[in-house]
Amino acid sequence: MSANDRYEIHQVDILVVGAGGAGLRAAIEAAKSGLKVGVVCKSLLGKAHTVMAEGGIAAALGNTDPEDNWKEHFRDTMYGGKFLNDWRFALKHAQLAPECVLELQEWGALFDRTEDGRILQRAFGGHSWRRLAHVGDRTGLEMIRTLQDKLLSFKNVDVFQEATIIHILKDGNSVSGAVGYWRETGRFLIFKTPAIILATGGMGKIYEVTSNSWEYTGSGYALALFAGAELRDMEFTQFHPTGMVWPPSVKGILVTEAVRGEGGRLYNSKKERFMQKYDPVRLELSTRDLVARSIYTEIKEGRGTEHGGVYLDVSHLPAEVVKKKLPGMYKQFLQFAGIDITKEPMEVAPTMHYTMGGVVVDPETQMTRVQGLFAAGEVASGLHGANRLGGNSLSDLLVFGKLAGKGAAEYVSSLKKEPKIDKGEVDFAIKDSLKYFEEKDGVSPYDIHDELKKTMQNLVGIFREEKDMKKALEKIYELKEKKIRVNGNVMFNPAWHLAIDLKFMLLCAECVTISALERKDSVGAHSRLDYPNESKEKYNQFIELKNGSIQLRKEPTLEVPDELKALLKVPPSRKWEERNGNKKNEKGE
Amino acid sequence: MKNGEVTFLVFRGEREKGIFKEYKIPYQEGMVVLDGILYIQSKLDGDMAVRWNCKAAKCGSCAAEINGKPSLMCKTKVKDLEQPIKVEPMRAYPHIKDLVSDTSWNMKTRRNMIQKIGFSPKKDANWRMKDQDIEKGREFRACIECGLCLDTCHVLREHKLFEKFIGPAYLTFAAYLETHPMDSANRLKWLKEEGGIMYCNITKCCTEACPEEIHITDNAIIPLKERVADEFFDPIRMIARKIFGGKS
Ligand SMILES: Cc1cc2nc3c(=O)[nH]c(=O)nc-3n(C[C@H](O)[C@H](O)[C@H](O)COP(=O)(O)OP(=O)(O)OC[C@H]3O[C@@H](n4cnc5c(N)ncnc54)[C@H](O)[C@@H]3O)c2cc1C
Ligand code: SF4
Ligand code: SF4
Ligand code: FES
Repeated sequence: MSANDRYEIHQVDILVVGAGGAGLRAAIEAAKSGLKVGVVCKSLLGKAHTVMAEGGIAAALGNTDPEDNWKEHFRDTMYGGKFLNDWRFALKHAQLAPECVLELQEWGALFDRTEDGRILQRAFGGHSWRRLAHVGDRTGLEMIRTLQDKLLSFKNVDVFQEATIIHILKDGNSVSGAVGYWRETGRFLIFKTPAIILATGGMGKIYEVTSNSWEYTGSGYALALFAGAELRDMEFTQFHPTGMVWPPSVKGILVTEAVRGEGGRLYNSKKERFMQKYDPVRLELSTRDLVARSIYTEIKEGRGTEHGGVYLDVSHLPAEVVKKKLPGMYKQFLQFAGIDITKEPMEVAPTMHYTMGGVVVDPETQMTRVQGLFAAGEVASGLHGANRLGGNSLSDLLVFGKLAGKGAAEYVSSLKKEPKIDKGEVDFAIKDSLKYFEEKDGVSPYDIHDELKKTMQNLVGIFREEKDMKKALEKIYELKEKKIRVNGNVMFNPAWHLAIDLKFMLLCAECVTISALERKDSVGAHSRLDYPNESKEKYNQFIELKNGSIQLRKEPTLEVPDELKALLKVPPSRKWEERNGNKKNEKGE
Repeated sequence: MKNGEVTFLVFRGEREKGIFKEYKIPYQEGMVVLDGILYIQSKLDGDMAVRWNCKAAKCGSCAAEINGKPSLMCKTKVKDLEQPIKVEPMRAYPHIKDLVSDTSWNMKTRRNMIQKIGFSPKKDANWRMKDQDIEKGREFRACIECGLCLDTCHVLREHKLFEKFIGPAYLTFAAYLETHPMDSANRLKWLKEEGGIMYCNITKCCTEACPEEIHITDNAIIPLKERVADEFFDPIRMIARKIFGGKS
């Protein structure tokens, strides 16, 4: 191939990287300004991770419980995040989420309804009121379709589906473009653009057991770091206590908390109901982090099941109750595991689910410290602190996606001169990505990926300890040094795609491990065996790249202003139940 | 499953040209076809092209033809299949590589519909809707855009009328738009003239292929076809409609 047909050049005003909830919402807002918008995504449009979300979107609409309002939502989010959230994000999120949900409705979304025809809301862990707008158990599908259709109604939008961005180009401290490739042909794509919005989602694929899809390779975190932006609190990785472990095809897939809510019991291989040991009062319905830690301990101490999980059992409940209250789970286990959960126990283990940490952005514009580089959605940080509440991600995508689109449009409109792309940088990025075909005796990218996943799973998992994490870091450095070899050509070649992604995944793994080593206390999703107590000081950890190596800095968490502090006095509780005299919520979350 | 082994015959090649390559791989309990393909990819042929995302029948990425039947690879269990298991890409679409076909027609079609006959809320919409008002629309919204119905439909598969017929998936999309309680547009003319709804001769193959169990033919296509027929082929009703107005 000659250099000219090796790549094609596109000029856009704003490039959105990612077409999940955050990317689509950002692109819609950007398109409203009339500027030319490009949207790039690794999979086909509509297949991003957002499509898998089930439970709902948290927004204090006050339909189901009129007492609910943004102040309540703000408080719940701050408590959920153990006050390590940047309050400015939590405030904006709580205030803007309701109008964002109503927008979806006006674009055609069909949410479940209340008796009087408004959007119905359901209860979820950590939320004081019934707050989640939902569509049965396929909220994400409804959300992504609605956003995707809205986006496609604009004529000034180009969608580049099945394309991957691998490098951000800069002119001084400003964004000037990006390099990517088409998955189908392997042909390179050069974008000339003064603004890029990263909406690339999370990085669950650095762990072995995860509810996340193959796309979750953390490229956004790495692209941001390489471009000169900062990351915050990468140690906060959320492990959901119950994911499927068997059969292999469904390892990591989520088993909803409602299973325990309905009376499901956890047993180890010795048939002991082990939660009696860890939390004799709340048993299986203890907090998520505690249940996850308990399950993990049982497995690590040799009382796990054959496939490395523990048993979650509802077979003592009447079969019709199980089928009525847990229809999705009944179907999921019957279909994928061949297990009738009314008769046999499920095998479950914690599963890596979400990344609270991420790219540092301005709460108003969503811009990073790099001019023209924006971020929104799971890849960004600030809102969730040390722990995310269920439902707060989908609302995060809408609120901050929208702000990012607006921020980028304003930035581009105010630009005086067009930033230039550096041809040498383009050539380097292309050459670097093709080197895997030239390695004579490198190893398979799949093998490196396997080793990375095992390392993170075993050494930087739910329970962390200095000696393990040091080992993990050594392993990560060793893997970084390994030469990778890819066979075949550039046409739709997953081995090649993985080889490129590994560079990003290894950097993310390094960030998580270093942050986790440096946080010498236990809080939220971060549990240290060697430092089991929560520190008195509230602080956040920031990471940047200096001369290619990771630098970490601690800073006290931003103080909540007095007028908002007043809202934080009373901790969250299940208030609608208290109001109803503890009548059980019949939707049974 | 002899000696815990399964035999796959997987279509390997580029742009329609290729062969069925045989792979013998270890069987694991609960294995679905996608597991087999990903095993081959990670251990034997790293450049095997395949699409997938959720592995839980939720995203509609992994459509292929398994022993001749259009199916989701993540939902089809190996133990229910006759061996060797023949896996090939959706054949109605142009081929790209291995199990990946060029489905870009889907986005083009949807985008065209959105721009021509997209959701168009009533001016005075109050957004009050009851669960029973949206029941129909909800069924159509369960579509995960897997393309299996399109791959199955003879109008597209055999007659290749991609330019003239929007196919079952997008008729389902039209049905969602038409049944949305707040919508004000009338799409019948477009469906007849641009959407090619009359090419459908109600064979119901699409319904059988749908992994979401949407009653594509009975609930989406037939009611739309009846309304189109009423509007354009029945003179008495046409006049009545002119006098009494209304969408249906
Ligand atoms: C099973 C499950 C259930 C969940 N349920 C809920 C729920 O009920 N409520 C809730 O609030 N949250 C839920 N979550 C979390 C929530 O779904 C995710 O956090 C959220 O969807 C992330 O959205 P996003 O827009 O940030 O990223 P995604 O939707 O993952 O989109 C990322 C996009 O970026 C693209 N991309 C990535 N890297 C590149 C690159 N280098 N070049 C080009 N494109 C790239 C991808 O292709 C994709 O289009 C759930 C998560 C899981 C796993
Ligand atoms: S019923 Fe109509 S749309 Fe469905 S397969 Fe038959 S001809 Fe195609
Ligand atoms: S209607 Fe059914 S078969 Fe057709 S694309 Fe949608 S989900 Fe797939
Ligand atoms: S991988 Fe999502 S439907 Fe099969």
